[in-house]
Amino acid sequence: MKGLNYLFAAYTAVWLAIFFYLLSIGRKARRLERELEEMRRPRH
Amino acid sequence: MNDSPRLWRDQLLPALTGISMLAALYMVFVLVPSERDQGIVQRIFYFHVNLAWMAFGGFVFVAVASVWFLRTGSRRADQLAHANAEVGMLYTTLVLVTGPIWARPIWGVWWTWDPRLTMTVVLWAIYAAYLMLRRLGGGDDTILRYAAVLGIVGTLDIPLLILAVRLWRGVHPAVMLSEEKDSGLQDPLMGWTVLVSGIALALLFTWLVSLRARVLAVDESVAALQLEGARS
Repeated sequence: MKGLNYLFAAYTAVWLAIFFYLLSIGRKARRLERELEEMRRPRH
Repeated sequence: MNDSPRLWRDQLLPALTGISMLAALYMVFVLVPSERDQGIVQRIFYFHVNLAWMAFGGFVFVAVASVWFLRTGSRRADQLAHANAEVGMLYTTLVLVTGPIWARPIWGVWWTWDPRLTMTVVLWAIYAAYLMLRRLGGGDDTILRYAAVLGIVGTLDIPLLILAVRLWRGVHPAVMLSEEKDSGLQDPLMGWTVLVSGIALALLFTWLVSLRARVLAVDESVAALQLEGARS
């Protein structure tokens, strides 16, 4: 079917970008969790 | 303690986003008929156009939140402006990616400096500058205020972008409607697919903004606690 590869390329680009953006938010959230955990630890 | 906002953000919103997105993809790929002249590739339209409208909405919200921040100094307003600008940038980037993929088989070129396309690049650059200014400012209040002003002024590009097709002649279509049968959005299913895709992308936008704003709020709290710890 003519143009099918363009259609899939467009929607793949959309989903990849959303996936990587969600991944970046998840990474930031995990970094903050680690920092909070370090702050909770008693200092010697 | 009221858990309603958390229930909405963590459970209802992602669930509604997922359901509406599946419905939109089913309509785009299975249900909706192909447009007569452009064929199957025209189905890019359903996300391309809605991504653009949602990005515009996000940037208008940046302006509203920026005015709120400039008037009251509210951290919440600044975080919402930041999150909306970031997700708006993501959507605008996707408009600039899906557009050329659609243009190549229809216009025969990936890119042309058509007024609307150029104004979209300008909009992208304005909010890229907004985000870079914030990042380089490192939380400095004066820089945040400059960024807020840029966030407000940047929305002036949106009406120009919408009117670009009518003000200056270009190749970008103004509307996808046609009087001819089986052409444009004459089939009612095409209209419904636009609507469902719009709802799905709006819910996704809201969910991403709520997640990003939450991370920004926690980030600021952690930084404040670290500063307090360093002082004591």
